Amino acid sequence: MAAGTVRAPAGRSRFRLRLGAWLLILPLFLFAAGTFVIPIGLMLVRSVQDPDFAAAFPRTAVALAAWDGRDLPPDATARTFLAELQAARGGDRISPAATRLNADLAGFRSLLLRTARNARAVGEDGLGTLAAIDARWAEPGLWAAMRRAAGPLTDYFLLAAIDLQRTDDGSIAAMPETRAVFVDVFIRTLWIGFVVTAFCLVLGYPVAYLIANAPARWANLLLVVVLIPFWTSVLVRTTAWVVLLQRDGLVNGLLRWSGIVEQPLALIYNRTGVLVAMVHVLLPLMILPLYSVMKGIGPSPMRAAMSLGARPLEAFARVYLPQTRAGIAAGALLVYISAIGYYVTPELVGGGGDQMISYFIAFYTNRTLNWGLAAALSLILLLATGLLYLAYARIEVRPEAGK
Amino acid sequence: MDGPDRFVSFDRVSKRYGAAVWAVRDLDLTVAKGEFVTFLGPSGSGKTTSLMMLAGFEQPTGGEIRLDGRSLRDVPPYRRDIGMVFQNYALFPHMTVAENIAFPLTVRRQPRAEVEAAVRRALDLVRLGGMAERRPAQLSGGQQQRVALARALVFNPPLVLMDEPLGALDRQLREQMQIEIKHLHERLGLTLIYVTHDQGEALTMSDRVAVFRDGGLQQLAPPLELYERPASSFVAQFVGDSNQFAGRVVRVDDGLCLVELDGGWRVTAAAAGGIAAGARTTLSIRPERVIVSDAGDPPENAGPAVVEELIYHGDHVRAHLATPTGQALFAKVLSGTGHGWLRAGAPVRIGWQARDCRALDPLPDHAGQEQ
Repeated sequence: MAAGTVRAPAGRSRFRLRLGAWLLILPLFLFAAGTFVIPIGLMLVRSVQDPDFAAAFPRTAVALAAWDGRDLPPDATARTFLAELQAARGGDRISPAATRLNADLAGFRSLLLRTARNARAVGEDGLGTLAAIDARWAEPGLWAAMRRAAGPLTDYFLLAAIDLQRTDDGSIAAMPETRAVFVDVFIRTLWIGFVVTAFCLVLGYPVAYLIANAPARWANLLLVVVLIPFWTSVLVRTTAWVVLLQRDGLVNGLLRWSGIVEQPLALIYNRTGVLVAMVHVLLPLMILPLYSVMKGIGPSPMRAAMSLGARPLEAFARVYLPQTRAGIAAGALLVYISAIGYYVTPELVGGGGDQMISYFIAFYTNRTLNWGLAAALSLILLLATGLLYLAYARIEVRPEAGK
Repeated sequence: MDGPDRFVSFDRVSKRYGAAVWAVRDLDLTVAKGEFVTFLGPSGSGKTTSLMMLAGFEQPTGGEIRLDGRSLRDVPPYRRDIGMVFQNYALFPHMTVAENIAFPLTVRRQPRAEVEAAVRRALDLVRLGGMAERRPAQLSGGQQQRVALARALVFNPPLVLMDEPLGALDRQLREQMQIEIKHLHERLGLTLIYVTHDQGEALTMSDRVAVFRDGGLQQLAPPLELYERPASSFVAQFVGDSNQFAGRVVRVDDGLCLVELDGGWRVTAAAAGGIAAGARTTLSIRPERVIVSDAGDPPENAGPAVVEELIYHGDHVRAHLATPTGQALFAKVLSGTGHGWLRAGAPVRIGWQARDCRALDPLPDHAGQEQ
């Protein structure tokens, strides 16, 4: 067992090294977990949690869960509900429950609050009592909505985030057209991201090429010109575009002064404004990865291709462009992922029809406090981002796969 | 004037950067068809710039470059039909070996079957038959070099340029590739211009060597002449080892001259062109031509010296010597011949034949008055 005695100290020192390495990354790990992973995780969990109704009406929630959902619930459930409604009156739990129900069925909030004000305990015929307060309590749909809200887990928010809902009989169906907004918003978000990425690539590629192939003195100057906006706050840059693009702004002034147009163009608070400002803000994210890849290529592949008989355009297409693929992929991914999460720029320079998914996430988080829906929308955005990254990793890994 | 002897010609070619930086100045040079010419020189001497002008990647500021009688002035690089091997190979990393080699044929839109056959022949030529489907990153340095070679040869260019192609290889592989390139040149009857800063490489491979310095041509001659009869003290110093002494020419007489070395020792040497009586000069003598003996005087230019140090090199011993008149020199003595008397501190007699020693233009530190 000589080998064992020799190996043991080496194994122990390796373990100590590894332990040291782990201890070194521990602060970052804790920081990332505490400020990033855990809060986002907790927020995302909300997309499948539905605690508000059960918090205000715990016994009703249990009774509704036991109900088969057909027609009206047993009268005992209605009496439990009345009793809990009375108890909840004036408390601070009834309002979140009302908000939650209202999100499913418009008008439910006022109905619930009014019913709570008029509720009184009854010995029997709870359903009748409720119907006397408001005739809508005789509609099975109302009770079905309460049953959907009974929690503790729900697919309500996730379905709503892609314009689907559970019907009263429990099957999944499309949202009525008047309430179906999110699929359009997602498509718009992905489309704006695509257009912005395409513009960034077309504008950024020549700039990156210029910087990578300029003499060092010029290259540094150009790089600074690219980096200064990159270091400037998004808010400042976007506001600058407002100054430039508005009705009486610099661009319109110039166009009218030179006689190109007579009426000022609508350049802002519409899609044009969003695209212009987003392309400008995100351009450095395209230029920098392209530049770093191009810097490593140098002039010799193009020269080699030309010495072998390729015209400049063919040499570019067959030799240079494929070698920058990694830069294009990295730049496009960075720009696209940043673009589909954009919030400030479309909010400031876009119109109502240009708001992207983040606007709605912020809207549900801050204004209506519908955190379940905000979380569901975020989850879908996160999934889209993750899928894009996986696609990127696949195309990036493949060239080395032969190794 | 255009014949096979002037297949490539540089005619008063200059390249200037900015107002005053001359990379190449008034270069006149011809290369014959089928010749292997090496451009040799230190970095910044203009050899690579000259090559790049020939390939079309740099435009001459003045003068005319011709290939096969045709001026290259307005011919873009992709129409010059010059095969080129780059310093770092410049293989296309996203293509396989076969695709790399096929590139010059596919840009010429040759039929697929012909391309495949030509690629196979080129791969066999550089002995890479089984590597067709690999990528450059999966090859060793020497293999990558061979792919670059095959790619530059596959379209049968009348002229092939190589820009320090072996610089990145280790010594053994470099020597092996030198022989391979030389054999390819002989077998295929290529006209080849080869740039290097390695004088050994230049001597072993080329038909003629062009020595560059400060943007100008110092000497263009076959290796033997370059080594035996350097035209300038720079060439003598740059090509091979040499001992160099400062002195003054006393008289010139029928190709030989009498030179008084600083310190007073008078020796005879072969006079290079432009050597006149009374002028400062630098004498150059190869260390293997210095004769060292223990008692009897060498036939010519004999004098006393002391052995300062001996360095053993296996096949020879390098003896560092000092003369009473102040010359420091070294001699290569074949080892294993039983020179028991040759040891540090020993007094010896040295000398050399007059034709082995050349009186050349004075080196900058030899130009001044004797101390």
